[in-house]
Amino acid sequence: MNQNLKAIAREIRCDTIAEIAHLGVGHIGGCLSVIELLTVLYFDAMRIDPKHPDQAGRDRFICSKGHAGPAVYAALANRGFFDKSVLLTLNQCGTDLPSHCDSRRTPGIDMTTGSLGQGFSCAVGAALGSKLSGDGATIYTLIGDGESQEGQIWEAAMFAAAKRLDNLIAFTDFNGLQIDGPVAEINDIGPLGAKWEAFGWDVIEVPDGNEIELVRTAVKQAQAKHQNGKPKMVILHTKKGCGMKWAEELGAANHNTRVPAEIAEEAIRLLRQEG
Amino acid sequence: MQMREIYAECLGELMKQDRRLVLLDADLGKACGTLGLRERFPDRIFDCGIAEQNMASIAAGLASYGFTPWIESFTPFATRRICDQIAISICYAGQNVKIVGTDPGITAELNGGTHMSMEDIGVLRSIPGIVIFEPVDEIQLRAAMPVLQEYPCAIYMRLVRGEQLPVFGPDYRFDLFRADSLREGTDLSIFVSGIFTRDCLDVAGELAEEGISCEVINVHTIKPIDRQTVLESARKTGAVLTVENHNIVGGLHAAVLEALSQERIPVSAFGVQDRFGEVGRLGELRSAMHLTKEDIKKAARNAACRNKGA
Repeated sequence: MNQNLKAIAREIRCDTIAEIAHLGVGHIGGCLSVIELLTVLYFDAMRIDPKHPDQAGRDRFICSKGHAGPAVYAALANRGFFDKSVLLTLNQCGTDLPSHCDSRRTPGIDMTTGSLGQGFSCAVGAALGSKLSGDGATIYTLIGDGESQEGQIWEAAMFAAAKRLDNLIAFTDFNGLQIDGPVAEINDIGPLGAKWEAFGWDVIEVPDGNEIELVRTAVKQAQAKHQNGKPKMVILHTKKGCGMKWAEELGAANHNTRVPAEIAEEAIRLLRQEG
Repeated sequence: MQMREIYAECLGELMKQDRRLVLLDADLGKACGTLGLRERFPDRIFDCGIAEQNMASIAAGLASYGFTPWIESFTPFATRRICDQIAISICYAGQNVKIVGTDPGITAELNGGTHMSMEDIGVLRSIPGIVIFEPVDEIQLRAAMPVLQEYPCAIYMRLVRGEQLPVFGPDYRFDLFRADSLREGTDLSIFVSGIFTRDCLDVAGELAEEGISCEVINVHTIKPIDRQTVLESARKTGAVLTVENHNIVGGLHAAVLEALSQERIPVSAFGVQDRFGEVGRLGELRSAMHLTKEDIKKAARNAACRNKGA
């Protein structure tokens, strides 16, 4: 499974780069940092059926850092929710794959997100909905480290713990960078694990969130505590732009940037060569 | 009976009938009149604490799960404070959430300027798709509640908490998208929403004795406005006065102006004159802000005389 998941992650990473490079601009950094998580979720963890994306009782994933939409689309396409050729329509007027996730447009997208902080509360609402309906689903959600500066995140954190939403597994993409620079310099969110613990969450730290086996183990660990009365936060220490050297070296500037075709092609070639 | 008591009673009835209905508030269950429902429906009412933004987005998450959440707070906190959550989590995402704001405009009384929304209609009116509804009395509210629940998209209800004098009779038939003609007239169309509706009827009666014939129309749904009724009445009388417990910028007046933008008909505004609120009893505030029945009468007389060229 490990080798298989690694291969799938490579494919999703290549597709994400190609997808963004097709128009030549996009949120490349924060997409590439979460590829391993998306691979584990869509190919290992979640109970979903690509042929029935709206099936009742399915597990759900709400990408609160909605700008990682292109990476989610690449994962969905690889999982069979829609044809891969659709990926190349990203951000073109009239597309079903807009920059930020839109549940009204894209099969498999469980919630519209993009205004930071809100998707996380929506995920808490979905977890509450699952409890109310008794469908046994797990709600997965992903927030950014910069997004954690939003007050709404902590309103939702408090509520989820108070309501004992143990069917909620959240992830922080802790890549350390936001648009204007390092998170620690702009408005430090640390100590992040201690904060979530203080808010009543179970916390799992993953030292390398771009190492797929570590991510998979952490998700399984979180799933195993399904009925312990606490929501879970998995903090993924990741690299923004991971797997594309050019983007990694851009640093904070890789958040939303022009991506030249030749650089994208070279990155994809290298990734395939590694495989 | 207080409007909040009627609201809570209707909500309880709807909750009994429809298990999809869930209620969320932000530490104002008591103020909104719904505290008593918590014992009856402990598994479907959630107090989010003082965190309105979270409440709005949680409601959107619940709606995505097939529930019909109602969220409630005072009008400023149910609208301007959570404007982006209403715009994105609810409306842009197409989630069916009912938003109830209590204490609109000057009815916030002793809570004062901070709690006095003069702009809530204006804030929400520019968000695509949302319906904005303001009931005026018990009969209209009772008729509206099941309609609001069944309507499949987001609605904002601007709800005065206290008891209101009756405007409608027992034969009233409610249509969410049709304004209600309360009195026919030929000299002036008064389009009114909210707490001043009853006063406008009284004023129309008094002005009739002066030989001024006023048509009174309750625009209970400010968005989408019943353009047809507004146009027909305005074309008939040739003069319009809008009356609202809201800033004259962005609310009913603006909505009527938009509906009449292609017409050569004068439209006068009666309401809060682009200012913040202040603390006081309702009567004091009406005097201080020139919102008394006498003020309405004066405004209506002026608007009608302007039409007659007097």
